[in-house]
Amino acid sequence: MYACSKNDDDAIAGETLVKFTIPSNFPAPAYNFEDNILTNAGFTLGKKLFYDARLSADKSVSCGSCHQQFAAFANLDHKVSHGVNNCQGKRNAPPLFNLVWQKAFFWDGGVKNIETSPLNAITDTCEMGTDIATIIAFLKNTAPYPELFRKAFGTAEINSQLLLKSITQFTAVLVSGNSKYDKVIRNEGAAFTATELAGYNLFKEKCSSCHTEPLFTDFSYRSNGLDLVSNDEGRANITGLSADLGTFRVPTLRNIEYTFPYMHDGRFYSLDEVLEHYNSGVKQAKNLDEKLKGGIALSAAEKEQIKAFLKTLTDNEFIKNTFYSES
Amino acid sequence: MKLSQYLLALLCPIIMLSSCKKNDDAVTADTKSSFTIEFEHQVNGAALSLNTTRYKNAKGEDFSISTFKYYVSNIKLTKADGTSYLIPESYFLIDESKSTSKTITLTDVPTGDYTRIEYTIGVDYARNFAGAQTGALDPINGMFWTWNSGYIFVKLEGTSPLSTATGKALTFHIGGVLDPNNTIRTFSAEINAANPLRVRTDAKPNMHFIVNAASLFTGVTDISFATLNFTMGGANSVVVADNYAKGLFRLDHIHN
Ligand code: HEC
Ligand code: HEC
Repeated sequence: MYACSKNDDDAIAGETLVKFTIPSNFPAPAYNFEDNILTNAGFTLGKKLFYDARLSADKSVSCGSCHQQFAAFANLDHKVSHGVNNCQGKRNAPPLFNLVWQKAFFWDGGVKNIETSPLNAITDTCEMGTDIATIIAFLKNTAPYPELFRKAFGTAEINSQLLLKSITQFTAVLVSGNSKYDKVIRNEGAAFTATELAGYNLFKEKCSSCHTEPLFTDFSYRSNGLDLVSNDEGRANITGLSADLGTFRVPTLRNIEYTFPYMHDGRFYSLDEVLEHYNSGVKQAKNLDEKLKGGIALSAAEKEQIKAFLKTLTDNEFIKNTFYSES
Repeated sequence: MKLSQYLLALLCPIIMLSSCKKNDDAVTADTKSSFTIEFEHQVNGAALSLNTTRYKNAKGEDFSISTFKYYVSNIKLTKADGTSYLIPESYFLIDESKSTSKTITLTDVPTGDYTRIEYTIGVDYARNFAGAQTGALDPINGMFWTWNSGYIFVKLEGTSPLSTATGKALTFHIGGVLDPNNTIRTFSAEINAANPLRVRTDAKPNMHFIVNAASLFTGVTDISFATLNFTMGGANSVVVADNYAKGLFRLDHIHN
């Protein structure tokens, strides 16, 4: 096998080479690049596509418009996504990182593979509002794309499979695992303050049954009692089961300091509002999770401690990594 | 990447294949050939023509068809002795509006006399959730749901004066692989042993199937367009899939 392993592409001296590294405190990923060999050229192409607004119907919206790096690739300040022609979508754009650990995508888990997850945004009339054929034609006729595809995949062909695989070479390497929390857990010389530690202990007691470490989600679909009757069917939209009505994927809490507004519809603008929801706002929805019946009582001091802990999940190395930025 | 590395990448699989193939020497290279399958689209015995012709469903309701396309996949051939051959990567999208799609060619098939053919109407479970696909399974073909991963196995669109939908539309997008709404169905046909599918190096037979688009609306449950005119997966799609599992395909004849 040694002889068959692909060498690094024509690496320019001094250029950062794309790497996919699994943090030592993380489990094995679900996606492993087996059928999509990661290369510098593939990553470079994927990143360019991610930031290219010309792919959208009115050339105003790129993936990066809704998934912004300074918001850990969520959509800062937008309750729900904002697509072409000023169209307002119905859901909050989730952050994009640690996607290779996910087996399903979207708030309702409707999409099952990271490679196919950009398709909905591309075709939704309220997101990029275009279609694959138009994008392929654009790429075939627009320098330097033909050259970039050739470099990435060694063929003159441009098709949806290569488009999606290259975008995935960008989105799949977005790994966030260098927060203060991680450095404490991995004994890398960092330590929690007394407040953070108190918050961590509260978190383990009250939150981690759903927001499970180390990814801060157990990937289940639940209702945390936002509404008595949810406007959005949530998971039931996919399964058709009434037991799933108004349930949504438990979101990760990594980089939560930067991914506001919160919840599937972006209804809360601050962590204070979120904690107050758990403290006093949980509604007795039909499918409300057992663990949240009666809410989670939190004193003012406890809220501050949990907030302090949640901020240790911020990974500035990830958010400020220029390797992932539009260049 | 340098040219030499490209060459290496190209050669590697060949080297690996040849080194693994050694014990398969019994199978000689010239025992493979091909055959074709032709799908002739009809509506209850009349030729299907898009948009222009009015047909009647089993309840006697008028309708016309503007789109009719479906997947045939995982084609498996069986010989009289019970041994069978699953044609690898056999995924085909048959589309009434693309006449070339209605004849498919199966290559590299071991020669022999086959007495049974079986295939999936739709796409197997795994490919519905797999990474980006190309060819027949390319989402560019408009047969992939982007918000709920999976393929539309059978798509029939048209109009009926009875439809209560906007523009009197009929929208039948059948797909979904999760219980209780799994719509994967298989079709099989026994082939008369007196005239089997004879795949020979010097003879490439043609199988001819009649495909009845009206079978979506009868067979198990007679569908009225007044009550069912739109389905995109879910329980109603199962009703339609159960119908077409009975009557979508009929093996008409084989030219050997
Ligand atoms: C108009 C805003 C918008 C644009 C543009 C957009 N997205 Fe999204 N993206 C969203 C929203 C909203 C969701 C959540 C959808 C849902 O849950 O129904 C999402 C979900 C995702 C997910 C799944 C994340 C998860 O954790 O489940 C991925 C991956 C993704 N988008 C990648 C992309 C890529 C790649 C592009 C560019 C081709 C793109 N998006 C363009 C708004 C957008
Ligand atoms: C019973 C499971 C459960 C428990 C326990 C739970 N959560 Fe949640 N949490 C959820 C679900 C589900 C959502 C998403 C709800 C939605 O958007 O509809 C969520 C959303 C959030 C969000 C918003 C994340 C985002 O990106 O929008 C934050 C912040 C949060 N929870 C913090 C906490 C904290 C802190 C605790 C403990 C005090 C906690 N949660 C306890 C299930 C739970």
